[in-house]
Formats: sequence, structure tokens, C-alpha cells
Amino acid sequence: MSKVLVIAEHLNGKLNSSTARCVTCARDLKPDAIDVLVLADAPDAIAAEAAKIDGVSKVFTMANAANAHALAAIAAPQIAAVAKNGYTHVFAPSTTFGKDVAPRVAALLGVAQVSDIMKVIDAHTFQRPIYAGNAIITVQAPADQTLVATVRTASYAAAANGANTAPIAALDISAELPTHTRFVELAQGKSDRPDLQSASRVVSGGRGVGSAENFAIIFKLADKLGAAVGASRAAVDAGYVPSDLQVGQTGKIIAPELYMAIGISGAIQHLTGIKDAGTIVAINKDGEAPIFEVADFGLVGDLFKLIPELEQALN
Amino acid sequence: MKILVAYKRVVDFNVRVQVKPDGSGVVTEGVKLSANPFDDIALEEALRLREKGVATEVIVATIGPADAQAHLRNGLAMGANRAIHIVTPNAIQPLTAARTLLKLVEKEQPQIVILGKQAIDDDANQTGQMLAALWNRPQATFASKVEIGNGVAKVTREVDAGLETIEVDLPAVITTDLRLNEPRFIKLPDIMKAKSKPMETIDFASLGVESGDHLKTTAYAPPAKRSKGVMVKDAAELVAALKTKGLL
Repeated sequence: MSKVLVIAEHLNGKLNSSTARCVTCARDLKPDAIDVLVLADAPDAIAAEAAKIDGVSKVFTMANAANAHALAAIAAPQIAAVAKNGYTHVFAPSTTFGKDVAPRVAALLGVAQVSDIMKVIDAHTFQRPIYAGNAIITVQAPADQTLVATVRTASYAAAANGANTAPIAALDISAELPTHTRFVELAQGKSDRPDLQSASRVVSGGRGVGSAENFAIIFKLADKLGAAVGASRAAVDAGYVPSDLQVGQTGKIIAPELYMAIGISGAIQHLTGIKDAGTIVAINKDGEAPIFEVADFGLVGDLFKLIPELEQALN
Repeated sequence: MKILVAYKRVVDFNVRVQVKPDGSGVVTEGVKLSANPFDDIALEEALRLREKGVATEVIVATIGPADAQAHLRNGLAMGANRAIHIVTPNAIQPLTAARTLLKLVEKEQPQIVILGKQAIDDDANQTGQMLAALWNRPQATFASKVEIGNGVAKVTREVDAGLETIEVDLPAVITTDLRLNEPRFIKLPDIMKAKSKPMETIDFASLGVESGDHLKTTAYAPPAKRSKGVMVKDAAELVAALKTKGLL
């Protein structure tokens, strides 16, 4: 008798694939319904995308100018109000969007939150990582409360998209919306490259790349492979690339099919961010670097010599 | 203006945490404990706001066992004016922590509560958001830049899409991301000075906090290991191997 409400994540009028990943996780509960809630100023196109996701029962929209930007303080009272319509579970992706809003919803409902679900055991029992993924715990939530959770998106593939035509309905639930929180701007890294969080191929550079200028070699290889670019924390801290490229425990946790770690030694906090990657390739001049302990393919040598050779071999 | 900093003690970030062989927990005996790194950043930011003249007083608070006093002394040595120790031998969950912090907020009436975006033990990333909800005040999470003026905080947040800037009316809750600042080192004279700074002790039970510890942890397991793969001798062999796997 589970009924799951999935909170849609979207930006610039497009649904984020994290939503379909939450739906995949929700399906593991074997629920009676999975509904998607879209909060936006103009939700129709986003809702139409959500309605195509396999497994979605209904899509609800709450159109409001106040929902033009995803602000947790404004979204949470609306989500909590909808959740009270008989939902047993409220799921959001464990992206910065979901991490911001979900606990606020849980507190409004007076319930606990399970963060970063990586596996569903049953409708109220889940596995999640603690200590930067050094331990996996099984947590049980009470069955008599609405369960709010974030879903570790790297643990779930996006539910397929296409065959479904779930009905879409506009909701008119009055929730008092605060005015104490205002959006100012979003500075997005401008890039024609694939999005790091959802790319199937990622090329990352670390401290071994040596400078911001040298990082051009990483970008060039990524472009050749049609890959997104990532970086280790060391490379970000050294100022080689902006922080939104950081992969790891305190950056983005990703699960591409192919991950290439170049000049990255493999600190535990970096490995936490890539352990669900399909295939890991490591290129490093230090053959003892910990990255080689987890790499499917390792290549020891000077990256400035090996990357051009790699590009040659790709031709 | 008063700033309240929630300051948690956790297993030191350099410790490689191990699951006990019987799966009953993680090994914490004899392991070094330190301030949650994100909370150190929170305290540093509060101190900088005081040094800029924005704030007049910085209070560090922790919820933890009796021996957490030494941890609060570190916060005082870093520069906080005073400390509040809410004493409980039990580990509490984020909703309970948020409800407890709300009691402190009601008592102290801070204009800003700053805390780490997450503690590096349970990695929950919930307490700040929950406190903001219960307090019915704004939240500015994952902050990488904070500017205060005219009763408003302008906060730049590290979000997946880039850097988002929002404006929130005070009082508000701010949670810190790594790049907000680099915490200062504690100097020996400051440790001496901290000994005479006020530390208030409050028994957790006396606050009458409704427990939000609804989750039960039933098992601990080490993570699945990735196995070590093969070493290739050159770029051509690597490309060939990736092609064989259908990745290129």
C-alpha cells in the first residue's frame, strides 16, 4: 500500500534525469502509485517529459511565479501539503536540489529523513552510505510515518522514457509561501560539453595536470571522446578548474560508463565519488598511486606524453 | 548581532573508518576525534563576521557526551566568545538535533545560525535545513560566500549547475560548503585564554525535546570493493582494451 511522491528536479524548463533515477528507486518499493510533482512557474513542458517516464502513475503540477526558481523555503510547504494527500513516501534526488529541500519537508511533516538511498530492502528498509562510503548501513524507518528520503542518483539508472503517457493534472493547494528568501542569480559554467552528473563518459584531471593552462589537455581529450570534464579536489583547490567540476565525496558523485582519471592519485574522498562507474581508467606517473587499486585499466607514465598518444590511437 | 555555531565532534577526517567484523557498528574506540570540518568552516565564518564588526558575539554549541567539553574548548580557543554544551550520552539523529538547536535559538535569539552542510560521520546533510523549517526562517545551504548587510544575508551557494546566489532575510540558517573559507590554526596563547571563557552546561533531558530519532540502524557492512584491474603497457593497448569492452 505504498504511494510515492517524487519531486521533479528541473532547470531552464527541462527535466533533470535525476527525476527518472528516483522513479527507478521508487519502483523497487513495488508501490501502488508513483506520482511526480512539478513545481515551476511554467510547468507544462516539464510535466509532459515526466509523464513519459515508465512507472509514473500521475504527474501533478503547481504553477506559481514563486516557483520560478527552486528555493527550498518556498517549495517545502507546497510539497508537505501535497504529501499529506495519502503519500507514504516522498522522494527527491540526492543532488544539491534534493538535499536542500527534502530535510525541510521532513521537518515540516515532523518525520525523519533517510539520506542517499542506495538500495531498497523493503518499503521501509534501505541501505545508505555513511563515513564517506566507508560503511554501508541498513536503516529501518517506522511504517506509520510518511518517509522522506533522498535517492543517491549514482546508484540508479534513469527509468526508460517513451512508452508511458501518465495523466497530468494541475493542483491548487493553498500553502502560505514565505517572501523571506529571494533568488538573485545563477552563474552556470558555460559549456557545450555533456553534463558531468549524467554524462556516460567523464575525463577527470588531478593535481598531476599541474596548472590551469595544462588542463586544456584534459578538455581536448574529453572533447575527442564526447565526454564531460571532472576534476579532483586537489585540482579544484589548486585553482586549475572551478569547483562545479569537482568529483568526490564533497563534490559530485557520478556513475558514468567510462571514467578516466588522469594525474589523480585516488584519495579516498575522490574514490567515493566514482565507485559506481562502469569502467575506470587511470593514467598516473606513480605506479603505486591508490587509484590503480580500483582502476579496471591502468597506465603508468607521463600524462603529457600519454594523452597525445592516446589521441593518436583514437584516430 | 549574535551568531550561533553548531559545532559537532566526529571521527577525524584522516581516519579510515572500519566496520566491526560482527557488523554491529564502526570502530570508534581509540580513534581520534575532531571537529566536523564543515563546522570548523562555520565557526571561522562566524569569527570573520565578528572581526568585520557585523557580529558582536559568537557562541559555539554542541550536543554530546560529557567528554565533548574539550572539543568546545577548541572552539573557544579558535575564538568563540562562549560555549554551550548540551549533555547527552546518546547519539541523536538530525531531527532531534534540529529540535534541540531550536531550543537554543529560542533562548539565545541569534540573528544567524551557521553550521556545516553535513557531518562527516552520518553524512546526513539535514540538520540545518530542518532547523530552518522548525524555526520558520530562511535557509542558505552549501554556502561558498556570505555577505551581511541591512538585515539581509546574500549567500552564494554551490549547486550542481554552478553558483547560485540568493538573498535571505535575517534571522536565517546558513550551512557551509568547503570553499567558504580556510579555518585558522589555534595558537597556544588562545588555548590558555579559552580556559577562562564561559561554558554553560545544559542537561539534554531538561530541555524537554521531543525525540525525532525515528530511524533504526539494523546492520553495518563494509562497502563492496572494486577489484584491481589490469595494467596496460601503452596508449594503443588501452584503446584496444576499451574497444573490446564496447566503450569506444
